[in-house]
Amino acid sequence: MKAALTAAWLALLVTLPLWMTNQYALHILIVTGIFIVAAMSLNLLLGYTGQLSLGHVAFFGIGAYASALVSLGFKVQLAPGVALALDPKPVWCGMLAAVVVAGAFGWLIGKLAFRVRGAYFVIVSISFAEVMRLVAVNWVELTQGPMALNNIPPLALWLPGVGEHAFWKKPENYWLTLGVAVVSYVLIRRLVRSRAGRAMVALRENEPLATSVGIDVTRYLVLTTVVSAAMAGAAGALYAHYIRIVDPDVFLFLYTVTMVIMVITGGKGTLAGPIVGGLIFGLLPETLRAAAIRPEVQWIVYGVLMILVLYFLPAGIVPAVRQWWERRRGAAAAAPA
Amino acid sequence: MTAPLLAVDRLTIRFGGLVAVDQASFEVREGEVLSLIGPNGAGKTTAFNAITGYLAPSAGDIRFRGARLNGLKPNRVAELGLVRTFQKTSVFGGRSVLENILIGLHLRSEQRPLAIMLGLPSVAREERALETEARRILGFVGLGARALELGASLPYGEQRLLEIAVALAARPQLLLLDEPVSGMNPTETESFMAKLAEIRSLGITVLLVEHDMKMVMGVSDRIVCLNQGRVIANGTPAEIRRDPEVIRAYLGERYARAHG
Amino acid sequence: MDQLLQHGLNALMLGGTYALLGIGLTLIFGIMRVVNFTHGELYAFGAYMMYAFAMLVGANFFVALALAVALGVALGAGVELVLLSRLRGADIDTTMLVMIGAWIALQNAEQLAWTGVAKSIDNPFPAAPLVIGPVSVAWNRVFVFAVAIVLIAATYALINRTRLGRAMRATFQDRDTAALMGVRIGTIHTATFALGSGLAAAAGALLGPVFVVYPTMGDLAAAKAFAIVILGGLGNIAGATIGGFILALVEELGAGYVSSGYRDAMGFLLIIVILLFRPTGLFAQKERIG
Repeated sequence: MKAALTAAWLALLVTLPLWMTNQYALHILIVTGIFIVAAMSLNLLLGYTGQLSLGHVAFFGIGAYASALVSLGFKVQLAPGVALALDPKPVWCGMLAAVVVAGAFGWLIGKLAFRVRGAYFVIVSISFAEVMRLVAVNWVELTQGPMALNNIPPLALWLPGVGEHAFWKKPENYWLTLGVAVVSYVLIRRLVRSRAGRAMVALRENEPLATSVGIDVTRYLVLTTVVSAAMAGAAGALYAHYIRIVDPDVFLFLYTVTMVIMVITGGKGTLAGPIVGGLIFGLLPETLRAAAIRPEVQWIVYGVLMILVLYFLPAGIVPAVRQWWERRRGAAAAAPA
Repeated sequence: MTAPLLAVDRLTIRFGGLVAVDQASFEVREGEVLSLIGPNGAGKTTAFNAITGYLAPSAGDIRFRGARLNGLKPNRVAELGLVRTFQKTSVFGGRSVLENILIGLHLRSEQRPLAIMLGLPSVAREERALETEARRILGFVGLGARALELGASLPYGEQRLLEIAVALAARPQLLLLDEPVSGMNPTETESFMAKLAEIRSLGITVLLVEHDMKMVMGVSDRIVCLNQGRVIANGTPAEIRRDPEVIRAYLGERYARAHG
Repeated sequence: MDQLLQHGLNALMLGGTYALLGIGLTLIFGIMRVVNFTHGELYAFGAYMMYAFAMLVGANFFVALALAVALGVALGAGVELVLLSRLRGADIDTTMLVMIGAWIALQNAEQLAWTGVAKSIDNPFPAAPLVIGPVSVAWNRVFVFAVAIVLIAATYALINRTRLGRAMRATFQDRDTAALMGVRIGTIHTATFALGSGLAAAAGALLGPVFVVYPTMGDLAAAKAFAIVILGGLGNIAGATIGGFILALVEELGAGYVSSGYRDAMGFLLIIVILLFRPTGLFAQKERIG
């Protein structure tokens, strides 16, 4: 039954561009999809491992810049007489670079997370993202600063029968995003339902007990941050080659907050949570915009919404719905025939 | 005379000016049940914490089969075969009983992250094997019926059983139990003592911290008594029962003089 | 050498307000264990209130200052009573996320009310700077420094010499025992948050006339406040005071000798570097307040 439902869902999602011809709606779905990938990656860190990382946008931005720079090529003077240059490489190379570079930074943060705990780690993670933003603004030679990296090429793949095909149109970007999202979901699902996932959750729930049965804290914190960062980097790369402009605003704390809101309201520590949260907070701005509501009011609504969810549905929407469903089923089973 | 399983040599633990454990020396022999007793604040749990890596000793040596344990992290100590329980009941409350055991089986599993993410069939096979093993362990402690309930929803006595089961899942050679029957009624204590005998028969050595004298006298091969961080007596239950130092430590000077 | 002295003087003048920001946050952090993301917004609120009273209503500069601070205290108390009192048992994550929600709502409300255009506030001090030998300093900055020092001293007096202060210190040391001894924890929380917010609003009201007032000014201020708290240790008021001056000095020297674009990054870099080597903050060998 469940498999059939999943198959139906997937069929719907895959065929969507064929029957939804509104290009603007497709655009919204693509951007939402990119954010959902980022939210899923944050959920791994925030939800499953319980690490309050509020600098997640840093990995997203690093991925975006890495992919853009590799596909555009760059040249910087590191020191007098020492230059670092790279010729433009194919976009898929850039995307790979995004995943690797973001993952590498994730490794660094993971190592740090073990030493610096609790509220201090929150502050460090925010500071890390801010430093990245300021570097992006100030290291103009590499990043063009606020003038942004422009004309980033779209992904180009060699397809059988067609030859080299560049992803200029929305439907193909939609499928690319959907593909990355599905792969990310599957990866996370496998991790979470395995020994690694149990170790993460054990560390979150009761660290002394977890270590007493042999779970290595550093190892799992690092594993989680690397996977989480690499995935966010992939989302950043998708963003870079779809929007095709990358500027330092990609590091704004506001985007971390967006991801956090998606994960928390959807349901942290659940597989469906970030997807539900992502859909709500990806699509909500559009409905509000259609009603001609100013962006400031939108954000006030999000802030208030998040607070309300935290008060009344502290585990998020997905667990609340699940509970309600269980209760209904239990009531139906107990009802006299 | 074979080498002891665990050798604690002049263990000293200082917290600032306070000396919690003072040059304590004792050893645990393979296959035995050794109990650590002493009045409150004698340093028993502190010693446990040092042995299992939760505290760094200020001085002294702790060796397990000759390998030095000083300064190792708790998960390394568990890898070597020492698993402990905690004084205050410690389970994964938000997870099901079965999941608790599966977590305990962490070291017995070989799955690597890459294999997991690739979804290799060996991973699924191992998961099934782990679940079978977990249910077997639950059966051993008598919690089989509770497999899907949340750890936190179990009554106190069963939570303590779950704790033992999780520790056993990690396949210890030396099991360190910190006040396992505290808060249990006499019936529960009796059944725990029987369980302990079964654990023994599996070849597991046990180091026990306990206040319940009836249980200590009933299960122990040897007893070490601590007072104010120092070892004051070391011997069989019969010897300890008569030891004047022990009596003095527990019951005070006047009792010792009255019955000495 | 003269340049160095000038930098030092600039840092001194600014450090006082940084210290106010830091003390306010460290009190809230230390006593309530709340990661207060609204701290920056109270700073901005103080600046906007100063603008409202001094420029729109036309009130006397010093009266406007007093009113801005008073309103900051009131807003802080309001936020605590409405949002935080319900969460007293909750874990630090939930509280922190609620504070983030409040931060978003507050900042956008401010944006809505005042628009994004930067505002400037006139001050009644002579335009010509005070010259002391090789260095000079604007009179309004001297005023800012003086008021900051007075407020810091007043806070010290409150914490160390009053019953309320004693109750706050007790709650910081051991909440449960304090409650058993009759301390009304709820009242202490409200008072602490109000005090901390008032100090942030004061910093904003003081610096508003020195720089300009714009809706996102709170974000940088909050970041610096966090850096100062980490420098000084959670709950350590003396540490926060010293930390405020240290941060101002590091910024001045960084801007002067390295690059002015990275001035604001100094605080963040400082945080990361310190926490790498001392994961619990610089002065936090023994967490205490007072």
